[in-house]
Amino acid sequence: MQEALIEQHISAKFNKELRELRNQVLKMGGLVEEQLTKAITALINLNDELAREVYSNDYKINALEVEIDDESTRILALRQPTASDLRLVMAVVKTIPDLERIGDQAERIAQMALKIPSDKGGKYFFAIRHLGEQVQTMLHNSLDAFARLDIETALQVMHQESKVDQECDTIGRQLMTYMMEDPRNIPIILNIMWSTRALERVAAHSRNICEYLIYFVKGKDVRHISLEQAEEQARQAR
Amino acid sequence: MTKSININSIAQRESALILENEKICLEVKNLNLSYGDKQALKNIDMRIPEKRVTAYIGPSGCGKSTLLRCFNRMNDLVDSVKIQGEILLDGQNIFDNSVNVADLRRRVGMVFQKPNPFPKSIYENVAYGLRIQGIKNRRILDEVVEKSLKGAALWDEVKDRLRDNALGLSGGQQQRLVIARAIAIEPEVLLLDEPASALDPISTLKIEELINELKSDYTIIIVTHNMQQAARVSDYTAFMYLGELIEFGETSTLFTNPSKKQTEDYITGRYG
Repeated sequence: MQEALIEQHISAKFNKELRELRNQVLKMGGLVEEQLTKAITALINLNDELAREVYSNDYKINALEVEIDDESTRILALRQPTASDLRLVMAVVKTIPDLERIGDQAERIAQMALKIPSDKGGKYFFAIRHLGEQVQTMLHNSLDAFARLDIETALQVMHQESKVDQECDTIGRQLMTYMMEDPRNIPIILNIMWSTRALERVAAHSRNICEYLIYFVKGKDVRHISLEQAEEQARQAR
Repeated sequence: MTKSININSIAQRESALILENEKICLEVKNLNLSYGDKQALKNIDMRIPEKRVTAYIGPSGCGKSTLLRCFNRMNDLVDSVKIQGEILLDGQNIFDNSVNVADLRRRVGMVFQKPNPFPKSIYENVAYGLRIQGIKNRRILDEVVEKSLKGAALWDEVKDRLRDNALGLSGGQQQRLVIARAIAIEPEVLLLDEPASALDPISTLKIEELINELKSDYTIIIVTHNMQQAARVSDYTAFMYLGELIEFGETSTLFTNPSKKQTEDYITGRYG
């Protein structure tokens, strides 16, 4: 049923353009997901080679952002889309900067991995390993929801985000104790704290993507409202 | 049949909600119209707000022009037509026996797809309605002609050649002249049937700009095949399909988030 939101135009070419636009976003999402996974792995294992790879691949994401932006502008100018078509293009235009910023956060995490000497870290990484996994799942699910136009998964991601926020606070407190224990480790722990912050941002961007998806599928703007209100709006029948 | 009644009652409830803060100029009540055996309008219920632009969109043959022509009883000229239901203009049923049709058409002016100026001078075209009403006073006629041409954004282009034949004007100018002719007799409602479809893009924009200015004085109802045009010029949009009113709503909502699938399919160009 959801495919009807993109297909079935009288103009087959327009169908193709919208399909390709969405596929490009998914391709960009795939790249971003890969970058994030590599960055987190690089940080936890202090793998410099992997971190450098993340660093050198960021340009691909930026290039895709520009490409998708161009294509969206072209569709707006030539097709003057309305209703769900317009909402799709708007959702895409809003999603790609979030994806690009997730890419930037992955790059930042990779940078932190390069800054920490390989014999250090140890117990400090334990704290963010779980957070990393959670955030990776969130990003994965938000892209999955986008691919399947799945509102329920999108809502789940939005729920997860508040849990991630709480976990970030806990990690912050934990890292603070480590700093007090041995001030010599403060520079390393600060890097880990920055990484925690980067992961928290990734979670927020993933939530944004889900909000745009709900706007596209349901025509409801669920930004800046409580999670309960968002759920209620998103579940209303069209 | 039951289904269509349901659709209309829902549409009616929605329109009541949407038009809560508007003054109502025209009210269509359970209107059915057929040409011979063919039913062209089915149970239309809707209200048209005063001094706003209401656009009708829908595929060819959906009944939008038929409905538009009901508002000034142009359908009376069709032999086989059968009309049931009511249209209230300021509370009075326009189909009532006591209504003088000429008077109704003075109150509800109409502009057609193809500009149809009379083969007379520009001045005489605009003054025509007043002359028919028996107004001969030169000063009054001059004033009304100038005011109407200014109102139709044509004055600056024709003020030095008011005595020239109107057929010498360009298509876009002719259409604005026809609008000037329509507003010269100060109607309450202006019906525009595809007013810009025979015009080039620049003339079209001038007409659209004009519609925007005219709505402060008149209730405007426009039928258009150009959906972007409906989206640009109207405050409210009604989508019709196969003689039924499917959806009526604020234009900005209808074009970004229509509530009916049929509307969505039509405005996004999908198979119905």
